[in-house]
Amino acid sequence: MSVIKHDVVIVGAGLAGSMAAVQLAKDYDVALLAKCYPAQSHSSAAQGGIAAAIGNMEEDHLHWHWFDTVKGGDYLTDQDAAKILVHEAPETVYEMEHMGCPFSRTPEGKIAQRKFGGHTRNYGEAPVLRACYSADRTGHALLHTLFEQLVKHEVHVYPEWYCVDLLVEDNVCRGIVAWNMRDSELHVFHTKAVMFATGGGGQAFLITSNAFANTGDGLVVSYNAGVPLQDMEFFQFHPTGIWHRGILLTEGARGEGGTLINDAGERFMEKYSPKLMELAPRDLVTRSITTEILEGRGIGGKDYVYLDLRHLGAKKIMERLPEIHSFIRTYLGVNCITEPVPIQPTAHYMMGGIPTDVDGQVKGGDAKDKDVVGFFAAGECACVSVHGANRLGTNSQLETCVFGKRAGRRMAEWLQDATWAPLPAEPLARINERIARFDAAPGGVTQGAVRRDLKHLMREHCGVFRTKEGLEEGLQMLQELKARFARIKPSTNHGEPYNLDLKETVELENTITYAEVMITGALARQETRGAHARRDFPKRDDVKWMKHTIAHKQPDGTIRLSYSPVALGEFEPIERKY
Amino acid sequence: MKVWFRIQRYDPTKDKKPYYATYEVEAAKTDRVLDCLHTILWEQDGTLAFRRSCSHGVCGSDAMRINRKNRLACQTLLQDLNTRRRILIEPLPSLPIVKDLVVDMTDFFKKYEVIKPYLISKTPPPPRERLQSPAERALIDEAAKCILCGACTTSCPSNWGDPSYLGPAALLKAYRFIFDSRDDGAAERLSILDDQHGLWRCHTIFNCVDVCPKEINITWHIAQLKKAAALRET
Repeated sequence: MSVIKHDVVIVGAGLAGSMAAVQLAKDYDVALLAKCYPAQSHSSAAQGGIAAAIGNMEEDHLHWHWFDTVKGGDYLTDQDAAKILVHEAPETVYEMEHMGCPFSRTPEGKIAQRKFGGHTRNYGEAPVLRACYSADRTGHALLHTLFEQLVKHEVHVYPEWYCVDLLVEDNVCRGIVAWNMRDSELHVFHTKAVMFATGGGGQAFLITSNAFANTGDGLVVSYNAGVPLQDMEFFQFHPTGIWHRGILLTEGARGEGGTLINDAGERFMEKYSPKLMELAPRDLVTRSITTEILEGRGIGGKDYVYLDLRHLGAKKIMERLPEIHSFIRTYLGVNCITEPVPIQPTAHYMMGGIPTDVDGQVKGGDAKDKDVVGFFAAGECACVSVHGANRLGTNSQLETCVFGKRAGRRMAEWLQDATWAPLPAEPLARINERIARFDAAPGGVTQGAVRRDLKHLMREHCGVFRTKEGLEEGLQMLQELKARFARIKPSTNHGEPYNLDLKETVELENTITYAEVMITGALARQETRGAHARRDFPKRDDVKWMKHTIAHKQPDGTIRLSYSPVALGEFEPIERKY
Repeated sequence: MKVWFRIQRYDPTKDKKPYYATYEVEAAKTDRVLDCLHTILWEQDGTLAFRRSCSHGVCGSDAMRINRKNRLACQTLLQDLNTRRRILIEPLPSLPIVKDLVVDMTDFFKKYEVIKPYLISKTPPPPRERLQSPAERALIDEAAKCILCGACTTSCPSNWGDPSYLGPAALLKAYRFIFDSRDDGAAERLSILDDQHGLWRCHTIFNCVDVCPKEINITWHIAQLKKAAALRET
């Protein structure tokens, strides 16, 4: 066992992790560790834009953005945190531009902006041009800009190192355990601070826009180390994924004027959101598409509807949406300039996560728990909570940059007087126990079968619409799945380079835990709020459920739920209509 | 339908030299090569190693040699290949093999770092954005699309012959900054590129253009750099 020492280790090299690393690089010995190369992080797949009310193309206000974010989150959003998000948006976007991000431009040379779902002028009147974009490759542009800064600041990167454990004792974080994919050796990182920026877990679902890397690792690693998870039942399904594949087609396509069409040729969003139509928030559009499909109005009665871009014309499509034009051509054989595009909702984004304050400091969750000293988180894996029960498009890239930066700065302050807490006596105990368990497994069950069944289960039982019966059955099936998982024996297990089989076994177990926490929270929450839609409780219930869910892992492995208050204030909860 | 794959296997810690293994996979013609590699990994042979993440041609991690051409496994559908014969899968050429289809990208990223791949500005940033006209922005549009998958550099015969050659990916990144209207680092970058292992090692073979999964005309961009370097000296 080798022990590697750094002041701070950041796990995850997407936007949030890289942003934090850049803040720290000048003054501290920072290590950035990721299970892929930094520029391969899933932030690169974000397409449509990063929200900031800079008003380059029409009147816009921070207060409007703030209101939209809170209402979009169905009032589960912590309003003080959302205020920071939108108020720091302009300087953050300018900072990215100053670093070199190649934003698209207005004729005057300013950053170009487009419309996006749920972003409105004058408190819900009509869509507003707020999403700063780089064609439909905004995530790629932002991520490569930050990767370039990592090179400039000579940040110590550990690419293809997979974090398998978080070392917390007496509520003090002491480092992590990571596995070098190159030689499959385990290493202990002894640090003063740890930051997780590990992204989400869309791989729990059959149809997802998420990368294969998005298996919920960071969340489950910290959950297993005793850190609770917040609001995990709130999972966003993006309205427009490529049929069957789930590959993201940006909301920017609708922002530029794309429409949604059912089998009868109707623009069905008229029924569900007369004011904002296709630019209603994602939860609403996804439920509308799903309802059309379930009621037999999918195209040819099948499980998809059309995204129609034909009226935008070739010039606009090739200028502003070239990437999705290419995806549609490659994966569907469809030319979106002349043909409508088959789409269906796709599992996309986790609103919940590791609970943090507005500076990335991980909180114990509910009032009884203390902060986890020296442990920070930002980005999709964290729950600040700025997205509440439903995130608005382009607010996630904003969140990664704003809170990645804030976490980095907070860590820099904190490190000034931080000391080295000693490592636990046996830092490798938990992972070695896990690997020994895999070694002793009888075999006879393949990873592929368990993974496939998990994805089907989550889609059927914890998808767009949920019921008590469905969720209970899902939990039951998950227990059976766990029993089958316990039989999996990785074929390679000791010392082989790039040991994908063992890594994916660990990942799959993480995703199963992640799924269990999600279903448990969803079963308990007897209301419909944002992305959590219960058929049996179709209304929001502010009396009983205006509160955050906190899931704790008990010593016997079961889940205990507690609840914590929502930070209200500026905006009174009103009925959410668009 | 049934599809057969012939995959190059090599574990440098165990094997004396690379060898080929054959796998039979049940697949649809619209499946990606990547889907088939997953079927093999998850159902047949857990010892197979390859990289992948986003699965739709954005992250750049699954470039490999498919039927002797560098492509992304996630962007290559079976219907684009002759499936009556075995599909040949090999790692990207010219880089050391970590295992099977996973190559060591260290050298590739070192060359990227050499060209100072970040905006160099000599003026303090304004309170808002730096202005850039749509025409100026259009100059770097293609170059900024690069996903750093390595398909171009490892397909380049000049790179095979001269391991010190910076290669098309690094040169394209240099273009992206030198031709960015906001950047002031052209001179220092051109003095790095203006070298027999830099720009002038490009012999316009166009392999990079043939294989680029983002359809970037890399050779054209290198030509613009050559012009800039030549004009600089006169």
